[in-house]
Amino acid sequence: MNENPTGGAALVRVEGVDKVFHRGSEDIHVLSDLHLEAPAGEFLALMGPSGSGKTTLLNLIGGLDRPTKGTVTVAGERLDQLSDRRLAAWRARHIGFVFQLYNLMPVLSAERNVELPLLLTHLSHAERRQHVAAALAMVGLSHRAKHYPRTLSGGEQQRVGIARGIVTDPTLLLCDEPTGDLDRKAGDEILDLLQALNRDQGKTIVMVTHDPHASARAARTVYLNKGQLSQEPVK
Amino acid sequence: MKFLPLIWSNLKRKKLRTSLTLLSIVVAFILFGLLSSIQQALVGGVQLAGADRLIVRDKVSIINLLPESYKARMNRIPGVDFATHQTWFGGIYQDPKNFFMQCPVVPEEFLKMFPEYLLPPAQSNAWLQTRTGAIVGRNTAARFHWKIGDKIPIQSTIWAQADGNRTWAFDIVGIFDGAKKGTDTTPLFFRYDYFDEARHESGQTWAEGKVGWYTIHIKDPAQAAAVAKRVDAEFENSSSETKTEPEGAFVQAWASQIGNIVLIVAAILGAVFFTILLVTGNTMAQGVRERTGELGVLKAIGFTNAQIVSFVLAESCLLTVLGGAVGLGLAWLLTSRGDPTHGLLPLFFFPTRDLWVGAGISVALGLATGFFPALQAMRLRVADALRRM
Repeated sequence: MNENPTGGAALVRVEGVDKVFHRGSEDIHVLSDLHLEAPAGEFLALMGPSGSGKTTLLNLIGGLDRPTKGTVTVAGERLDQLSDRRLAAWRARHIGFVFQLYNLMPVLSAERNVELPLLLTHLSHAERRQHVAAALAMVGLSHRAKHYPRTLSGGEQQRVGIARGIVTDPTLLLCDEPTGDLDRKAGDEILDLLQALNRDQGKTIVMVTHDPHASARAARTVYLNKGQLSQEPVK
Repeated sequence: MKFLPLIWSNLKRKKLRTSLTLLSIVVAFILFGLLSSIQQALVGGVQLAGADRLIVRDKVSIINLLPESYKARMNRIPGVDFATHQTWFGGIYQDPKNFFMQCPVVPEEFLKMFPEYLLPPAQSNAWLQTRTGAIVGRNTAARFHWKIGDKIPIQSTIWAQADGNRTWAFDIVGIFDGAKKGTDTTPLFFRYDYFDEARHESGQTWAEGKVGWYTIHIKDPAQAAAVAKRVDAEFENSSSETKTEPEGAFVQAWASQIGNIVLIVAAILGAVFFTILLVTGNTMAQGVRERTGELGVLKAIGFTNAQIVSFVLAESCLLTVLGGAVGLGLAWLLTSRGDPTHGLLPLFFFPTRDLWVGAGISVALGLATGFFPALQAMRLRVADALRRM
């Protein structure tokens, strides 16, 4: 089944993908013959129960893992054909990640965390500072730039995570349960932010969630169950 | 440079652990500096020894004296430029712990033989004109606040004067410096004619006309072995057979009485640095294990495996180089005041060569301790690492 109901030019194209993990002598089939397309500018939610392969699919789209079979094409690049080094460079250029547990460096201040992806660019120190300030302003955390993650609330940490994800102006923002560790109020603020990024900046977002409240903010939701996608929720 | 704050921040993550590791590295390098200085003190004379000088001593033991008449015979041996002699005086200045060497010498020959002792011409002339005159090294002069014109009483444990008195008075007429760093400036030298006449008058006939050892200046250093053989052959089957060897070998043999210094020092330092390798390696491995998830995030953001390896190696090198620099610096400071024994180890100093060796060791230690943790970080699969956040 090919999931691209909008029919626009696909930024993300997943074709016939299988993903098998080997645990000892056992083969675990997480994804099988999966097809998915997402056009540029879409806010796509990927739902499904635990262990359905949502994060695995997100990792494949983000070039963090390789499919056992099939092809993953993002922004015109066949990810399964890139070497590790080129894949890393591709990620730096095209992908912004937002994680459930924020995944900030505890030893770095908020602004230093946001600056991390920019260290891989040729920007000068002053230019990096400008980009960091802009990203923090966009998530409403300019006043917390010098603070360390341990002094920030969960919602604030996730905002820093989002600022880090967008600071390089990536082609695609991948969010893995971005509200999964937050209360409803903080979660809503993060979802508002993601919606605004999609609506105002035209940012393409693929968000993994198991929360219907979160998926309702997306323009489109697809459901993953036992390695297969569907337009309908799992019964 | 832009990555330095990230590397530095990682070191500050566990301050106590980093500080203790750093402290152990500092202590190891202080030990390195001190042992290098001791080694320099004991065997450094070998490097300073003249390649064109031979030492001739009694074949059985250096405490046996040689006839003064040997000098003329040595001067006739082919390949010998000239010879001069010294004798152990064994004197004490005020207190036995104030040790420094004193020897009666023939001034003209002595100054010609040892150009590394720098004495102003006026002082050397004064020495030639003053029968009881003595010259002393800068180190000892500074230690006892002696100056030219002082009269110094030294009590000999071996030699008495004509009246039986063992306290000899010398007039300080010169203070010599060393031409090279490491030249021993602790001894005191006085005139042999004054010494020989006094001991003759004291009735110490057993030592009359006898001296401690000879130094021979040879015409061609390449012929040292052949000349040494000729010297020993000259005095074969005499009452005082000789053993002749290059000055360097003589100094080496002297130091070897304590043992194989180089081997002992190498063994101690080997054990110390191996322990540091384990301690620092463990710190680094723990550090990498603890932030597996963070390394996964860096990789997800786009950092390459090579960059991750560089970070870990830079971190371990920063730790060891910092520890090494502080340790070597402290060792330099501790040894900069010279011989802590005030005379027993006149060549005690931290050689610049060993300072560079220490710097090299600190970098090598960093690379070695960071190697396996770096490999561990490089092999992390991003997806697996992120699960461990």
